[in-house]
Amino acid sequence: MELFTNQVLAGIATGAIYACMALAVVMIYQAIDHLNFAQGEMAMFSTFVCWQLMQWGVPYWGAFLVTLVFSFAGGIAIERLLFKPLAKAPILTNVAGFIALYAIINSVAGLIWDFTIKQFPTPFGSSSFLGSQLISTHQAGMIGVTLILLLLLFFFFRFTRMGLAMRAAASLPESARLVGINTSWMIALGWGMAAAIGAIAGMLIAPVVFLEPNMMLGVLIYGFAAAVLGGLTSPLGAVVGGFLVGVFENLVGTYIPGVGNELKLPIALALIVTVLVVKPAGLFGRPIVKRV
Amino acid sequence: MTAMLNIKDLRAYYGQVQALHGLEFALNQGSVTTLLGANGAGKTTTLRAICNMVRSTGAIEFDGAPLTGRSTENIVRLGIAHVPQGRGTFTTMTVEENLQLGAITRKDRAGVVADIDRMYDHFPVLKQRHTQQAGTLSGGEQQMLAVARALMLRPRLMLLDEPSFGLAPLIVRDLFKILGKINREDKVTILVVEQNAQLALELADKAYVIETGRIVMSGSANEIANNEDVRKSYLGY
Repeated sequence: MELFTNQVLAGIATGAIYACMALAVVMIYQAIDHLNFAQGEMAMFSTFVCWQLMQWGVPYWGAFLVTLVFSFAGGIAIERLLFKPLAKAPILTNVAGFIALYAIINSVAGLIWDFTIKQFPTPFGSSSFLGSQLISTHQAGMIGVTLILLLLLFFFFRFTRMGLAMRAAASLPESARLVGINTSWMIALGWGMAAAIGAIAGMLIAPVVFLEPNMMLGVLIYGFAAAVLGGLTSPLGAVVGGFLVGVFENLVGTYIPGVGNELKLPIALALIVTVLVVKPAGLFGRPIVKRV
Repeated sequence: MTAMLNIKDLRAYYGQVQALHGLEFALNQGSVTTLLGANGAGKTTTLRAICNMVRSTGAIEFDGAPLTGRSTENIVRLGIAHVPQGRGTFTTMTVEENLQLGAITRKDRAGVVADIDRMYDHFPVLKQRHTQQAGTLSGGEQQMLAVARALMLRPRLMLLDEPSFGLAPLIVRDLFKILGKINREDKVTILVVEQNAQLALELADKAYVIETGRIVMSGSANEIANNEDVRKSYLGY
């Protein structure tokens, strides 16, 4: 029984990271109807920026804030330079754009910071949380940050004019333009927010997986799985999906013989396929109905 | 009376296909004007060209300033509200959020709150349903919401694309009564495109008849209503 509780708690803790990544994925999906394959690399690059700032002597939270601003601006710049010109292009062109972006960011990070792994500090410490052996303060911190992020997003989209405008632009672009919303900038803003959320995920997971250019590959696939499971249109779904994927991954790895650590990633992929076949809208997503 | 909207030699294209062939007309400030015509004549295209939602050439002037080269959202911000065909309701949002979206470009928060109440006076059914998802409203209610949403902009010019489409006759009567009231009391200039020519001519001061992208007849609403050809083709008696 203790093994079970242990694994569930550990699953929730890693699930928090998947939830963060899934939030970023959902933000972009809402804005442009595509999954951003370079989301993980963008997060990795942001994390390196934070690391570099700390190397230069900036304290953790200062570096954290500067990184958020950098990522937000960077996300907007990527949209303006690369994806705005592709807005009316076919899906495959966009996918090629995402893959190119993935490769470019990955190589540039390797070029600047090389491929050796680096330690990344945690602001929460790594002692046991509230005297419990099951969960560390860093893990508790990750869960807390994810929930706060979800709450902030909820308030932003529900109660602010900008949030309302972004929702309108995502759901019906033509009508949004007819009430005077600059939908093109709303998409850029979505990219900026997604990049900043991804940066948070990167900075939180780096103390666990160590910092190196390929650190986000697995995380992004889990993030996709979480977003698909929760429903690609729902931020709440993304977070719940993240926690569920984290727990599921751990329990399967522990109890199903032969899976172990090596086969965890295929589990995430199998989960994506299963959800898309059985319930394409996910747990919290809105089924998309098109009149033809 | 001065012309608020002046259109000269308007040509519009869908890909290679030309839909408008040099339209010319003007709207007087405070007037109600209607464009009549059969399916495919170019009525909707005309409205879409005014808001730069379709590729077009020619001159469109609003208050003497050209609209050419402005984006749709910038044209809307000048005070031109467009109620599109199919209503453009944000179906996943509540009725009240739809009204707030209509005023999203306005800065006067107190005025927006007051205007939402005014809309509930105009359309009491919207007040009853203000927390409901707009997609759950009936067709008539959605059309009222679309008109109310457009009015939330405090527009100087309102473009209406077939407001009667798909509605029961009684509801259409109500809607047109309210449109007349809005024109008189709020001094909103209206350009309405309709297949229900009889109702449109009752509301309008001036009318234009379009056939295959050209204006073939124009005059006061009375003259047009009494014209033999129009009666046969559009009024059906």
